This record gives sequence, C-alpha cells and structure tokens, in this order.
Amino acid sequence: MPAFLITNNWYDFRDLGNLSGKLLDLLDDALPFGVVYVIAALLGFVASFVIFVLPSQLFVGVYGERKLIGRIQSRYGPNRVGPFGLLQPIADAIKLMQKEALTPTSADRALMYLAPIVFVAPCVLLFAVIPFGPNMVFADIPVAIVYFLAVSSIPVLTTFMAGWSHNNKYSLFGAMRVVAMTISYELPLVLGMLGVVLFTATLGLQSTVLWQKEMDIWLVFLQPLAFAIFFLGASAELNRTPTDIAEAESEIVAGYLTEYSGMKWGLFYGMDIGYAIAAAAFGVTVFLGGWTFFGLEKWVPPWLIFIGKTYLFYFLFIWTRGTLPRLRIDQLMTFAWKFMLPIALLNLVIVATERMFWVEEKADDSIVYAFALINIIAAAAAIYGWSRALGYRPENTPQKARLVSEAGGFVPVDAHGEGSK
Amino acid sequence: MLYEYGHIGILVIIALIFPLGALVTSWALQFVNVRPASKPDVVRDDTYECGLRTEGPSLVQFNFRFYYIALLFVIFDVEVVFLFPWALVFEKIGWVGYFEGLGFIGILCLGILYAWRKRALEWR
Repeated sequence: MPAFLITNNWYDFRDLGNLSGKLLDLLDDALPFGVVYVIAALLGFVASFVIFVLPSQLFVGVYGERKLIGRIQSRYGPNRVGPFGLLQPIADAIKLMQKEALTPTSADRALMYLAPIVFVAPCVLLFAVIPFGPNMVFADIPVAIVYFLAVSSIPVLTTFMAGWSHNNKYSLFGAMRVVAMTISYELPLVLGMLGVVLFTATLGLQSTVLWQKEMDIWLVFLQPLAFAIFFLGASAELNRTPTDIAEAESEIVAGYLTEYSGMKWGLFYGMDIGYAIAAAAFGVTVFLGGWTFFGLEKWVPPWLIFIGKTYLFYFLFIWTRGTLPRLRIDQLMTFAWKFMLPIALLNLVIVATERMFWVEEKADDSIVYAFALINIIAAAAAIYGWSRALGYRPENTPQKARLVSEAGGFVPVDAHGEGSK
Repeated sequence: MLYEYGHIGILVIIALIFPLGALVTSWALQFVNVRPASKPDVVRDDTYECGLRTEGPSLVQFNFRFYYIALLFVIFDVEVVFLFPWALVFEKIGWVGYFEGLGFIGILCLGILYAWRKRALEWR
C-alpha cells in the first residue's frame, strides 16, 4: 500500500516538488550539469523565499500583525491604503525604498553597510532545510536541527555589528543587552531541542516529521516542556514584545537601530518578521507535525497544511506581543538562568529515562501515549512547583486596585500638598 | 549528500546578493530624480542623541556582568554540544550509557548550583 495517494506526476498539485523535479529533468537533457545545478538552487530560492516568505512577510507579518495588534488594542490598524488597508505593506516598501539612508559622519561606514546584509542572509538560508511537503525540501541535510540552531544565532553577531558601528551610546547599550539576553535564552532552547532529539534519534527535520507521522502523535504532546521552552526562547531571540528590551524606546531610543534609516532599516525590520516566520516554521515542523495532519495530508495538499499551521503559530507570537507588557532586563535574565535552564535539564532527565525504558524493555510503540500523559502532568507540576519554589505566590496577588500608599509604596506628596511617609 | 550542501553554498551567494541589491537600488534612486542627491550636512549627519550634543566618547566601558554572562554561556554551551552525540546514539548504548549521560548532566547541574551560590546568575 502506498504511503500517500500523492502521485509522482508533475501535474499533481498536492506535491509541487514533482513539478520542479520534472522541470529540472527537462533542463538536464538540454543543458550541461553545472548550469542545471545552479538553476536548481535558484528554483529552490524562488519557490521557498520569493513565493512563500516575501508575501508572508508583507501580508501576514506587516499587514496582519499591525491589524491584529490594532484590534487587540481597540484600534483599527491600517485601513487607508487600498481595500481594508491591504496595500499598506506595499506602500511601506516603496516609501522605505525611496527614502535616503543616512550615515553619521562618526560611524564606521563599512560595518554599518555590512550589518543589514549579513542580517538578511541567514534568514534566506534558514528556509533551505524546512520541509514544506513530502519531497518539497530545498536541502534535506541529515543535521538540519543543528544547522538551524547554528544559522539562527548569526543575527546576534549582526546586532552587535550594527550597535558598535554607529558610534552612538544608545546603539551600543541596546546591542550589549541583546547579546546578553539572546545568549542566555539560547541555552535552554538547545537543551529543549535535545529532548526532542532523544525521542526521534535523528537530527533531520524531514525525518522528525516522518517520525511523528509514524507514531501518530505530535511531539508537542510528548514534549510539552520543550515546546514551552522553545516558544519563550524563540520569542526572546526574536526580540518580540514581552522581551523586546533591544528596542525599548522609552529607555534607549531604538536600541541598535537608532542610526539606521531608509532601506538599511527596512531590511532589519522586514527580516525580523522573516526570522519570526522561520521560527514558526521550525516550531511547526518539530513540535506540531509539519505537513502532516493525522491523515488529512492525503486529501489536502501538504504544503497548504504546513502554511496554515505556520500562520497559526505566528499568530501566537502576535498574540503575546499584543497582550504582554515589556519586562525589565534583570527579570528576563533571572528567568532564563534560574527558571528555564533547570526546567530544561529536568525535561532532559525525564525524557532520557522514558526513552531508555522504551528501548531496553522492548516496549510497544503505543507506549508513547502513556509517555505523553506522564509528560503533560510532569510539565504542569514542574512549572508550578518550580515557580512556587522561586517565590511565586498567586494567592497574594491583590484582586482589586489599590492606592500606592496602601500597597506600601512611596508617595512623595499627597493630594493636599502635605508630605506623607 | 554533498549535493545538498552544495545547494546551500549557492544559496549563500544568492542570499548575499538579495539584500545588496535592495541597498544598491535604494542608493541609486537619487540619480533618477526620485529624490535630490545627498548633500553633506553637519547637523543631519551628526550622531543622534535626542537633540543634544554628544558628550564624551561613545564607545564607553561596560559593566562586568555582561562578561560573566558570556563566560557562563560559553561553559554551558560547550557542555550541551557534548550531549548531542549522546542523544543521537541513545538507542545503542544501554543503561550504562544512560547513567554516564546522567552523570554528565549532574556535573552540569553542580556547575549551575555553584554559579547560583556565587550569585553569578543575578543581574546586579
């Protein structure tokens, strides 16, 4: 019995990989090998980046995000340019293109121009290993998870290049904060990924998806702790709002982007969204079953399922951004080192024990459902217990509004102009 | 397998040309009368510090805490790198390998406890 109803014919739109394969076969007959090899890479770039990522950036990242955050904050969001404001991202892009990009005289010119270029390149490279469908993956390398983690940490370097090159105090402060925060959140993120690798015993992304398909369970149920750690760590590495101390405009003007303008700023802004989409795609692939949906992928095009899941995951990022206030840097650093790192280590120990039991006791594959139940309970217990151990007391939280003086705060002058304690 | 890595190598070149093209296009627009050509201006090209004159050098000294956060990161990240091969061959190593891995994680935990006791994890 074939695993999919998907045929190998080029016109089967449920798997567009066949179409590009057919095109390349035709070209292979006409052209020498080296040319076809380069054309294959170009085709992959067009398919993954120009057709999927750029429109997603414009219409989900710029328009959808502004519109949704507008609704969350009881505003309209963009509604002037085109029907429902749909042409707003295009207007923004044209505006950024024709604006003059200033370079301060005291800045390091070479580094300042290099930073946006080096910032954009890894985002394009990240989509090379993401599987959009059964054979719709640009480069199915066996170490895709390590590749993704490695390439996605290059932007940290770029951030510091940008902050340093401006010769501006705000930029430098912003860059230093971002580097300190990002490397702190990198550790729990990698440890969480280790738990996933322990279960699937592979570093490839396509094989991770196939493992979930074979076991008929998504890794988010088997690894709820790792998923929570991934989500928090990713939103910290992306500088999304609960953790956007890099661009805390009330403290340090615009962080490392203070001196950037025009297209140099536009590349940073656009690719921040690109990285968020890449993180969403990676999270979907590893934790939410990628292009599979419990058998539905036989009827619906798998790439459509994948894109739908990616947008839903991206909606989680928008949601947290619209509802949560910004945290202070000391809170963030303490959270990374004292909360997430021990939790990630605990998760690793639990997963290793379960996996060893599974292998050594020759248990049936359906034991994963028992593991899922155990892990969900353990995750809830670990998060609640560890936060109580660190001093979290929800019952002490006041239920109604209080005056500052009732809460024990300092009031310099009261309403009648007399000093109080 | 190298076939796939070669594709990524070509993609690196494409990925570098793509933003370079955007920057060059934006710069070249001043020659086609979209906007006037850039003229140097002392005030406009000055460092932005909310309208005030810049005081002192901009590349200032930093608190030591940034340095030890980086040190802690390097220590723990190298240890995590050693755990990846362990996770990959986990099915073949049996209970002995399992307990050796746990011992390694235990050493990692001891390191965190030591840093915690030395108050290195606090952002002071």
